[in-house]
Amino acid sequence: MPAAYADPSAGLIVLPLAWAAAAFVLGPGRGGGMAVVALMGQCALALGLAVGVMQTGPRVHAVGGWGAPLGIDLAADGLTVLMLLLAQSVALAVAVYARGYFADHAHRAQGLWFWPQMGFLVAALNALFLSADLFNLYVTLELLGLAAVGLVAVGGAAGQMAAALRYLVVSLIASGAYLMGVALLYGAHGTVSLATLGPLLAAGSPRLADSLAAALMLAGLLAKTALFPFHAWLPPAHGRAPAPVSALLSALVVKAGFYLVLRLWLGPFAPLAAPAGPLLGALGAAAVLFGSWQALRTAHIKRLVAWSTVAQLGYLFLVFPLLDSGGQALAAAMLQAVAHGLAKAAMFAAAGVLVLATGRDTLDGLAGVASRLPVTLFAFGLAGVTLMGLPPSGGFLAKWLLIDAAFRAGQWGWVPVVIGGGLLAAAYVFRVLRQAFLLAPPAARFQPVPRRLEWTAFALAAASVLLGLRAGELLALLGADG
Amino acid sequence: MSTGLVFAHAGAVLFVLGLAGGLVLGHLLRRILALNVMGSGAFLVLVGLAQSDGQPDPVPQAMVLTGIVVAVAATALALGLARAFHARTGRTRLDGGEE
Amino acid sequence: MRGAARLLVATLGLALAAALTRAIGELPAERPSQAVDLRPQVVAHLDQTGVSHPVTAVLLDYRGYDTLLEVAVLALALIALLVLAGARDARLCAPAGSPLLVSLARGLVPVVVLTGGYLLWAGAHRPGGAFQAAAVLAAGAVLLQLAGLMPAWASPGRWLRLGLMLGFGVFLGVAYGLLGRGALLDYPPQWAGALILLIETGLTLSLGLTLAGLFLFLTERRGRP
Repeated sequence: MPAAYADPSAGLIVLPLAWAAAAFVLGPGRGGGMAVVALMGQCALALGLAVGVMQTGPRVHAVGGWGAPLGIDLAADGLTVLMLLLAQSVALAVAVYARGYFADHAHRAQGLWFWPQMGFLVAALNALFLSADLFNLYVTLELLGLAAVGLVAVGGAAGQMAAALRYLVVSLIASGAYLMGVALLYGAHGTVSLATLGPLLAAGSPRLADSLAAALMLAGLLAKTALFPFHAWLPPAHGRAPAPVSALLSALVVKAGFYLVLRLWLGPFAPLAAPAGPLLGALGAAAVLFGSWQALRTAHIKRLVAWSTVAQLGYLFLVFPLLDSGGQALAAAMLQAVAHGLAKAAMFAAAGVLVLATGRDTLDGLAGVASRLPVTLFAFGLAGVTLMGLPPSGGFLAKWLLIDAAFRAGQWGWVPVVIGGGLLAAAYVFRVLRQAFLLAPPAARFQPVPRRLEWTAFALAAASVLLGLRAGELLALLGADG
Repeated sequence: MSTGLVFAHAGAVLFVLGLAGGLVLGHLLRRILALNVMGSGAFLVLVGLAQSDGQPDPVPQAMVLTGIVVAVAATALALGLARAFHARTGRTRLDGGEE
Repeated sequence: MRGAARLLVATLGLALAAALTRAIGELPAERPSQAVDLRPQVVAHLDQTGVSHPVTAVLLDYRGYDTLLEVAVLALALIALLVLAGARDARLCAPAGSPLLVSLARGLVPVVVLTGGYLLWAGAHRPGGAFQAAAVLAAGAVLLQLAGLMPAWASPGRWLRLGLMLGFGVFLGVAYGLLGRGALLDYPPQWAGALILLIETGLTLSLGLTLAGLFLFLTERRGRP
């Protein structure tokens, strides 16, 4: 067999598409085991790609053999590989979790077509991270959006329908704005290849069409990332979806929008976007404070975790005003993206266990959980350590780098936001823990929960904390971009 | 002004109309239609602007064909969701009620 | 509150429309000299694509990867709709169609099938292709259902699921199979025409079923006492 068949970029797209289709043909509720095995393979492919990029630098795969701008290129650099690694590892853990979650009779009906939808979702993420073509990115964005919306609706209750519809409307408006930007760029430059567009946009003074295209595309992507004030769709969608779906959406799907903003910002839009940096930073700061505040007020566990996502996404945008002053800011953003991805998947997985065991999604119902589900509660707390930014977690290192970058750039105004956000995170995490350590009322009854659910949540949380100790390797990947 | 440019201008107007409709309309069916108008506007700009010199360009034409199919899929899902929502609640709009 | 929101959207909309009009208006005159023109490239490599129609060449060869993902989008939409349709009565009866509709359907459907086949074949050298053919075939299925000659679909059995995914599977298999030449979907010029026809045929069947399914899985029994 020629070595080409083991090409990791192609495999990371073809493999999830293949198991998604196969899971559909196998039938309702089937395909979970296949998904877990395939995701292990995908983890190996992503690792292989990471090693390749470290050793020989960024890679390009010209689909169809044409090469940009006539064909579509897949490109992998350090940034891509980092997101691919995050996506494969979270997806693998969620798949293991979901096999247990949907085996429970209460959720069996929700899991009928979960596996094909998850396969398409993972394929869309990988295709998005790898694509170096603006129109192809539009198709991957739509694939990702529809997979996410479909998964929010699998529960079938009216509230989930409403949340899914709201999500879909925002997603379609955002894709429409993005597509208009692509149309203007093609009209102005005759190409949608990222590599070809970069020098074209940098040459000469910016035209109105270019600036307008950049504004429309970035606004669309910010709405998909749920950056304040475009966040209103996120808490209902992530709060009401089944736990494995919430984990995928909060850990990975919103990060895809952020990744694209970053990719365009550092790439073709670099000559245009810099003045918008302080605005994005301010919106990020508002998201940190407002999201945390809402997480302190809500009465529902999963809603609390969802609002925490709104807050944690805000950190990612604090780096945009700092990007000009060196590599620290980029490292901080990517570390935060990875650490939050792992921690948030852990938190939703743990929240799913808590809801399953207590039979309801309210903080009040948690009394007594600490003695029944210590592993789950420990996982929730560990993930909380990352969100608060305590050492040695990945979140700590990310926030440390962020503060450092802010001081270096002389923009110390962002520092109180970072610290204040950490304190607020501590407050909302302790809301859950405190309630869980109360004595259970005598009438309280707990459903038994499969061990596998508890331990997957724990593994994800532990990974998010240990990430702080192995951050050197991750940052070396970013350095491989040269 | 070339035909392509006329299409592009019409597309810009449709895009903005659809966008405004998608933001302010209450009835779900109207909203979904507005989003389709918005998408079609972007398609018109994509094809029209690329052909403003009067020569056909197959690349944006193929892109728009892809885009139309994607829009069909999204519309089908939106309509299915709206019907399911209506079947469960009897409502045709999303107003209010949620945090 | 509501009025203020509308006013804001109207104002911003007008501003956006003005900006777009200006940007579009000044582009042709200001088109930068370095701008890429893909049209000569599309024509120059046309003989390596196995088809003679440039749009089909872009759709299935130059940018065939877009089309692969687009088929995935359609398949995904159908699966998401199956979730919404949920568990339904498997014995859904078709509504009784009016006599006019019934005779119309009987007369039209053979023509529809013929048209679909023609569109598939025509795609290689003139406007047409799998999507157009599939849309026409699906319209035929919808017509049959409306006329009461075909039942709506309950949750799909194994053969229907296989049919729905066949085109996508063939496309994906071909894309991956060609990886041995160095890249996904890297058709060898002498086989390109045949492979594209194979993909298009599979897609016509599966997309026809998918598009029909978008209607038939969701439709309900109506007008029965």
